[in-house]
Amino acid sequence: MRKIIPYVLLVPTFLIIGMFIYWPAVYSLRLSTCRLSPFGNRMIFVGFRNFVKLFNNKEYLFSIRVTVLYVLLSVVITIFLSFFIALLLEMKVPGHTIYRMLIFTPYAISPAIAGTLWSFLLNPVVGHVNYLFSKFFGISVDWITSKPYAFYAIVFASVWKTMPFDVIFYLAGLQNIPDDLLEASTLDGANWWTRTWKIIFPLLSPITFYLVIMNIISFMFASFAIVDVMTKGGPGNYTTTMIYRLFLDAFAFQKTGLASAESVVLFVIMAIITFLYFKYAERKVHYQ
Amino acid sequence: MRKTRRRMINTIIVEIILVIFTLIVAMPLFLAITISLQRPELVFSYPPKIFPRGFYVKNYIDAFNLVPLLRLLLNSLIMASMITLGKIITGTLAGYAFANFRFKGKEVSFALLFATLFLPAETVMIVPLFLIMKKFGWVNTYWALTVPFMASATNTFLMRQHFMTIPKELEDAARIDGATPMQYFFKILLPLSKSMIAGASIINFVYAWNMYLWPLVVTMEDKMKTVQIGVKMLIDAESANNWGVIMAGTIVVLFPTLLMFLILQNMFVKSLVRSGLKS
Repeated sequence: MRKIIPYVLLVPTFLIIGMFIYWPAVYSLRLSTCRLSPFGNRMIFVGFRNFVKLFNNKEYLFSIRVTVLYVLLSVVITIFLSFFIALLLEMKVPGHTIYRMLIFTPYAISPAIAGTLWSFLLNPVVGHVNYLFSKFFGISVDWITSKPYAFYAIVFASVWKTMPFDVIFYLAGLQNIPDDLLEASTLDGANWWTRTWKIIFPLLSPITFYLVIMNIISFMFASFAIVDVMTKGGPGNYTTTMIYRLFLDAFAFQKTGLASAESVVLFVIMAIITFLYFKYAERKVHYQ
Repeated sequence: MRKTRRRMINTIIVEIILVIFTLIVAMPLFLAITISLQRPELVFSYPPKIFPRGFYVKNYIDAFNLVPLLRLLLNSLIMASMITLGKIITGTLAGYAFANFRFKGKEVSFALLFATLFLPAETVMIVPLFLIMKKFGWVNTYWALTVPFMASATNTFLMRQHFMTIPKELEDAARIDGATPMQYFFKILLPLSKSMIAGASIINFVYAWNMYLWPLVVTMEDKMKTVQIGVKMLIDAESANNWGVIMAGTIVVLFPTLLMFLILQNMFVKSLVRSGLKS
């Protein structure tokens, strides 16, 4: 009796994972090597033709470029900003609980709303941020529809939305670092900078590694909502990321074979990231 | 003396940076509230106002009339609750199997689950997943919005991790007293895991409430759409570009999760960190 219980317990989870993750994964492999017959009722095997087509497609290659630049820029800004803010919050100056609470709030806000809020702030007529930019830097543009500002606009929204997540983890990490180490870095003015980067930041590297991976995932996928709400991939295809390209090819242009090949590419990227994570996580020394 | 002076200067500098930074982070929300309470003529006045003049609630009424916000709120509530419930049920059951039982194929099944940890199927494999929904006849139904997300590796590991911290003696004692494994699960293990389950629930709820791409693709009729899509509908529907109305709708959509977060912040933070730092 006791022998079959664990299997029964696992049934619901594996039913769902199998049906909605493993099956689609296999299905997308099959779709990506096929072409739908003109009436959509038969699949014709075409081998790697979809992939060849994909990697000769200028728009797709451009979307890879956009994604790499956008993810890289957003990850670097988010990580360093969050680390710095967590460090300041950990010094527990008067009022830090209020600062912390307000700085955490974007965590509860969705990417779609982050995009809406920043569309509003950057709006050339009603937006406050646009007003400040025109006042202080003489930049008065329609951010959402002009190059290169549309790109910065989605980076603003993405960093704003993702940063609290990172701050939360860095704060948790800092709590496990001995107080005297932090104290020394707080008070010794001249050495503050070097100590911070040479001692504290390396101590938190397992967290940084985890956050970089989580941030890459969120910028690659959750950013869809930000792009869709703010720029719709425009102007032209200037802010069309890979996931937005996939959405366009699959649902706007109905190119199932091509879109499935794009799915497989994303799938492979995720597999590599997962593999790297576990490879590193196995060796890593836990700070806990 | 010099040390205390230096400490004070240090505190003041930190304080100033934090205030500036907090203002920048909180500003979008604050200004959105301001403009949502503004009459149309004030919305378009230049330079934009920082504090609200008056208390113009009509923007909120307009937002509810422009898109079926009430229905969308209900849909999001149903979707987020069902996903949360599903993830907790499957997660506790599977977590129990992995934490308390030894069985053949444990390593393999664990690895199979582990491999899906970073795989958001609803975005990466959206095409095949959509075609599967079509096969099932689930397009445009609550089934498509909820069932595919009712299990996750993250929840299973979280539960497993927690169950492993509960002393083995408890299980042995229960068995000696004649309790079946399922009695032990329901009567002892689950009650001992209340705070863990509560924490995981709110994180799952916020995640589901904020989903965007999948509901966008899998729902066609307005009456099946969710609030996140409603925000985009508002932007498209508000032809005069009255940001007062758009922001009013936005505030309504973000309010439930924001309120939850502000009230339960400590629980959120603890569970989030726990779910991230599994080994």
